[in-house]
Amino acid sequence: MSNKREKVDAVIVGLGWAGSLMANELTLAGLNVVAIERGSWRDTSNDFPTTIDTDELRFVSRRAIMQPTAVETLTFRNNPIQQALPLREFNTYQFGMNVGGAGTHWNGMTWRFLPYDFQSYSQTIERYGKNKFLEGMQVQDWGVTFDDVEPFYDKFERYAGTSGKAGNIKGEKIEGGNVFEGPRSRDYPLPPLKRTQLSMIFDKATREMGYHPFAVPAGNTSGAYTNPLGVNMAPCTYCGYCEFFGCGNWSKSSPNACILPAVMQRPNFTVITESEVLRVNKAPDGKTATGVTFIGSDGVVWEQPADIVVISAYQMDNVRLMLLSGIGQPYDHKTGEGVVGRNYAYQTISGAGFFFEDEMMNPFIGAGALSQAIDDFNGDNFDHSGHDFIGGGVALVHSTNGRPIGYSNNVPPGTPRWGADWKKAVKHSYQNYNNIYCMGNSYPHRDVFLDLDPEYKDRHGQPLLRVTFDWIENDKRSAKFMADRSVEIAHAMGAKTVVRQEPTAKPFSPMDNLSSHTTGGACMGDNPKTSAVNRYLQSWDVHNVFVCGASAFANNGGYNPTGTVGALTLWAAEAIKTQYLKSPGPLVRV
Amino acid sequence: MKRRHFLTSMAVLLFSAALKVKAKIFSGGMPWIIHSVRPPKPVVAGEWTFFTAEEVSLIETLADRIIPADELSIGGKEAGCAVFLDRQLSGDYGNAVTTYRLGPVIQDGLPQAGPQYKDTPAERYRLGLAALNGVAKARNAGKSFTELTGEEQDDLLRRVESGEIPLTGVNGQLFFNMLVQNMREGFFSDPLYGGNKDMAGWKMVGFPGARYDFRDVIDRRGEDLHIEPVSMLTRYEKS
Repeated sequence: MSNKREKVDAVIVGLGWAGSLMANELTLAGLNVVAIERGSWRDTSNDFPTTIDTDELRFVSRRAIMQPTAVETLTFRNNPIQQALPLREFNTYQFGMNVGGAGTHWNGMTWRFLPYDFQSYSQTIERYGKNKFLEGMQVQDWGVTFDDVEPFYDKFERYAGTSGKAGNIKGEKIEGGNVFEGPRSRDYPLPPLKRTQLSMIFDKATREMGYHPFAVPAGNTSGAYTNPLGVNMAPCTYCGYCEFFGCGNWSKSSPNACILPAVMQRPNFTVITESEVLRVNKAPDGKTATGVTFIGSDGVVWEQPADIVVISAYQMDNVRLMLLSGIGQPYDHKTGEGVVGRNYAYQTISGAGFFFEDEMMNPFIGAGALSQAIDDFNGDNFDHSGHDFIGGGVALVHSTNGRPIGYSNNVPPGTPRWGADWKKAVKHSYQNYNNIYCMGNSYPHRDVFLDLDPEYKDRHGQPLLRVTFDWIENDKRSAKFMADRSVEIAHAMGAKTVVRQEPTAKPFSPMDNLSSHTTGGACMGDNPKTSAVNRYLQSWDVHNVFVCGASAFANNGGYNPTGTVGALTLWAAEAIKTQYLKSPGPLVRV
Repeated sequence: MKRRHFLTSMAVLLFSAALKVKAKIFSGGMPWIIHSVRPPKPVVAGEWTFFTAEEVSLIETLADRIIPADELSIGGKEAGCAVFLDRQLSGDYGNAVTTYRLGPVIQDGLPQAGPQYKDTPAERYRLGLAALNGVAKARNAGKSFTELTGEEQDDLLRRVESGEIPLTGVNGQLFFNMLVQNMREGFFSDPLYGGNKDMAGWKMVGFPGARYDFRDVIDRRGEDLHIEPVSMLTRYEKS
């Protein structure tokens, strides 16, 4: 290698939420840190101010700030006997690109996972017995509990300026918040966002049905806010340009708005953009990493030596980088051995579309996470004794945007897709359509996994990541259950036409654009035979490599993953600062 | 299974250059650049950049079949959907700049992985429009598509949409999907891009366009707010 940069204390691969949070903590601890980001520099003032942000074609249809498939894509198949093919068009997987990563273009729903989500294995066995798991499921505990990470959820919400109402403070249930959530140490830093007509209708209907509606915790600021790093955020204006957009108003929680303005001021932090990490380099004995190799957009290859390597790219890319670098044994679904690529999970999506007769929902008034939900059927919040599945999901309505290109498909079944009848339907539906969206738990299965594709390569000649996924039987049963509940709620809301949505009834295709929330593949745990990283997100095999992101989830909760990504990253950062720096080596011995 | 493999590595080498920006190193503060922001340059109708004269008349006819003029709004042609598409097809979208195009391209494999194109949207339009005219002539004694009555045109399009009539050289159903989507984009995207004339698409549904702040009206739930839309073009003209 001809080009070698000066050695640093820590190198961070990918500057999204996980990378930015880690950069903040490690630079505060005095380390000299370099972050390497595949995309460009991005910030509020230069790249998504309100003067250009209101552009659906550019940012949604053409996904201007997200990773193009030309840069990297996945290959996909439903099961191990099929040949996987590359996803060439934009699809349900929404990789971040550029500084801020997916944390720039997300909607902002900032959930905490349920205590049950971290211990789905032990709590299911305790309550229902081992037979509750269907054939092939590989449910396992995360090695941490909700109580372990609660302080770090709290810390993340403070950094992010989350708007919401607590439903459980230190065990005391509070009406109007999510009474099913794990015990919190204190309330959110900001109160909930204002409600829309849609939220009001849903709230009233579900309350009358005996459920417990609440405002989804939002990374959209309900008022002016200054976070613990001294960064100012402005009140959300309900413009409806969140998902796929950067926030030009300093109102959406993002690394660009909340973390980087502070971190960039520190002399011990450097960002290298337009540079893609090709692999993590290992010492000859394989027990430690020596740094990373990256290629600049000019095609020149460099080495960045470092004492600590933090892999914090998108969940899928974390797994791919581990596989490309030989960190951890790759998972083999035939033998069940190996850990990298294991416990991949998607999200079980279901719900109901509905059309009112004569409503004015004004869908253009919204925010990324302006949403009313019930959690009565998530996780183990209801008794599963009489059900033949575990888990469930959150059910919500979402006033996120009324952008018309996207809305032009929201017409009742049987409507032509063009011509005068389509126009009439679009006009009516614009004010009258929405849907109940259920994000469901997803549990690992023996035959659902990630590995390197044997045929397709990226622009640098490195293998693409291959996804082998289809709905498992537990998904199908829980989705059917949630779709039934959604149809009931939609009728209770007074909808004229209700369309049951149960995508699990056919083979999964990423072209269906159901949810971008994919997890696992480098999961955390307390057993090196079934997890790629330990409870501190430290590689079991290469102790100076930490892998942060949703890749660490041992199963997926019925929520958006970002709050948990943030909390786990801060938990890992704390372990690095308080334990690893004093005595570098494995933090967990088995 | 019959497989068709195509190597497209040369094409990739060409378009990947368009994605390249120089690597940069940032430290010691936020690298803010004053006055770096401006909207894309507005499309001005005039010379066609992609469509030939014959294609122009066909695509304008199609624009009015997909989005007909009626009491709700002007039609796709008047709204500028053809101009919109012309500029899109001669730009990054038409040239598939952001699309993964490395091979092998297996076009009859697993449908769940989505379309496996070897060509660009621009190339697909060239083939698709010619093929559409071809089937029109073959089935109507030599009359081109634009020479058919509106009802005959709709009937032919419905048959292409359903897959009953295949097109030569392109997948007719996927081509029709793309056409419908692009016409919607032209009708509903900001007028900056050449379509949605006078914000006709937005006015039809009641979308206020490029407005950025609804705090003053969020409490008026369930009301018809009658908000006059604005576009980025409005801003451009004023600035």
